[in-house]
Amino acid sequence: MSPSFTVSVQEADFDVGAELAALSAGRDDVGAVASFVGFVRADKLAEKVGADGTANVQAMTLEHYPGMTEKALEAIVTEAQGRWDIYGVRVIHRVGRLLPGDRIVFVAVSSAHRGEAFAACEFIMDYLKTRAPFWKKEDTAAGGRWVDARDTDDAAAARWLT
Amino acid sequence: MKILFFAGLREALGTSSIELSAPEVASIATIGALRDHLAARGEPWAALATMKNLRAAVNQQMVPLDAPVSEGDEVAFFPPVTGG
Repeated sequence: MSPSFTVSVQEADFDVGAELAALSAGRDDVGAVASFVGFVRADKLAEKVGADGTANVQAMTLEHYPGMTEKALEAIVTEAQGRWDIYGVRVIHRVGRLLPGDRIVFVAVSSAHRGEAFAACEFIMDYLKTRAPFWKKEDTAAGGRWVDARDTDDAAAARWLT
Repeated sequence: MKILFFAGLREALGTSSIELSAPEVASIATIGALRDHLAARGEPWAALATMKNLRAAVNQQMVPLDAPVSEGDEVAFFPPVTGG
């Protein structure tokens, strides 16, 4: 991939402002940068809330498949480049142990116009959710629990096939 | 053939990877046949057959269970992904 299209899998946090600025730095043809930031959420679903009313998820551990993860993310970005006229993409996904409120994933896309940038950003997130080999394990007061895949994520990815 | 396991499947099997010899995999043509071969070892390997929506990759590409495999491939089995 060209230097404007990069993916990273890392334990470290990232600087959203710096990443966004890098997508338009040194060029005058970028008219839009669209981005998504995902966070570890202290789940408030009733069945997951402890007796004291506090969220039950105390931390989350992200496992991945080193080597395949990077390839899968690059393939998703390459597919986005084939679908939209976009100038740059930055994908960062964190792994390891994360706490509620921590940033977990970052996707940003630059283009001449917002339409391509918004669409490509959403496409990359939808495909990342169903094709990149990451697995979340929640640490709760009752022990570890692997997060189940959601049908809604499959449906979100499938709508790009039409 | 190197076979990797991830997430809940890795924990259920108690190992993150195994190596199968060339003679052992000589008659195995597909991912599905490989899964059945391993599941036939009995507990805890039966988890490969009973896990809902088992996913697989060959040489770090996600593939369906009828995909071909051959000696020298890096194979992985894992649950549906939950990143993002």
